[in-house]
Amino acid sequence: MTEFIILIIKLVLIIAVAVGMVPFLIFFERKFAGFFQSRMGPTYAGPWGSLQSFGDMAKLMSKEDLVPAAADGPVFRIAPYILFVPAFVSMTLIPFGPMDVDIFGYNVDLVVSSFDAGVIMFLALGSLAVYGPVLGGWASNNNWALLGALRSGAQMVSYEISMGLAVVGVIVMANTLNFVDIVDAQAGGFWNWFFIPQLVGFVIFFVASIAELNRDPFNLAEAEQELVAGYMTEYSGMRWGIFMFGEYVNMVVMSAVISTIFLGGWRAPFEFLDVIPGFIWLVSKMLFFIFLYMWIRWTLPRYRYNQLMDIGWKIFLPLAIANLAVTALIISVV
Amino acid sequence: MVNPTVDLLIQFGLMAFIGAAVAFALITMSHMMSPTSKNPNKAISYECGVLPCAEARVPYNVHFYLVAVLFVLFDLEAVFLYPWAVAYRTLGVVGLVEMFIFIGILLVGYFYAWKKGVLDWE
Repeated sequence: MTEFIILIIKLVLIIAVAVGMVPFLIFFERKFAGFFQSRMGPTYAGPWGSLQSFGDMAKLMSKEDLVPAAADGPVFRIAPYILFVPAFVSMTLIPFGPMDVDIFGYNVDLVVSSFDAGVIMFLALGSLAVYGPVLGGWASNNNWALLGALRSGAQMVSYEISMGLAVVGVIVMANTLNFVDIVDAQAGGFWNWFFIPQLVGFVIFFVASIAELNRDPFNLAEAEQELVAGYMTEYSGMRWGIFMFGEYVNMVVMSAVISTIFLGGWRAPFEFLDVIPGFIWLVSKMLFFIFLYMWIRWTLPRYRYNQLMDIGWKIFLPLAIANLAVTALIISVV
Repeated sequence: MVNPTVDLLIQFGLMAFIGAAVAFALITMSHMMSPTSKNPNKAISYECGVLPCAEARVPYNVHFYLVAVLFVLFDLEAVFLYPWAVAYRTLGVVGLVEMFIFIGILLVGYFYAWKKGVLDWE
């Protein structure tokens, strides 16, 4: 029974972190967007515009939820959940600290599920999230939405392959698919983190994750100038808000996964810094990647669709396979 | 708790349930707060202001279908590589050679698809 209560507490805490970060991420994204483009960003709501996201939330809440007559009602209503829920489930795989910690006299693992096939589970949930945009766009019965859905579907599955193959190098080095053990394999200072020996895999994984998240420079799915809003064209009110929310939660999850696989997860860069709790290290690494996503989004122009597919299929896929082969060779020699 | 598999199902299931509940609560709250006014014009599909003249579900470029087929192939390749990668140190040189043969066969198919123009988008 205690275990069950501890599990519920952990789940609620993780959801609070993932959901609680989103309004601040949206606010800082808009603020940074302003700074990168020599503007001020939001300034009116609250001091320094800091209440902007909450204002947006209230506005979204009070908007009518429209379902077009031509749309496929049930699928249209359920599509945002399909994007939203897998993100949370991937969050259960991420370790926030060491196992078997003593907190208030209870023995707690600082991870929800130490799953032996964690990496596969994460990639499978990523594939599941593709259904959200595709079903939403198809059910809308709208030209823009259908085109956006097709584009995002093809883009997400293409980059999923490079992503999956880029991780194999790390798995060969760590000998495990469990995120907890991957972090343990990177113990003892930043020179043991996998982003140094697996630099190619790290870069491929990071760029592929931008494409998975449908963000600039790969946001072909909702290219405003040509497709209105892509698969979200027919959505309004809070149902649109769930799509948007889901994308930011996905960003949090993706940055957590990259930090865990390549940057040592909750481990400190130097051993004498271990006094600072692992949770803080993980969140600061996540914030670093989130800042990088924002920086890239507001700096680079969008790619054309054929360029996007060329990068995914003709450059990243062979590169990921070559990286895997070289890693395997080096490990068998050493 | 009971056994590892049941534990995992409880953990993932609870998380999925709470995530769906958060989304459901947000949408229900917005239904309570938002005004509703029935107007048939609101339910027309968006088409830049003109009335949509045809069904949107038209035949689309076959390239998307080909990408989906290739995805299944290469994603399965990746899934086959994971157990190999975990057991790599115990398999030794035999595992290395076998995997090179496996990747080699797939690369033949990959270059065939490339030369056939499946990967070219114009």
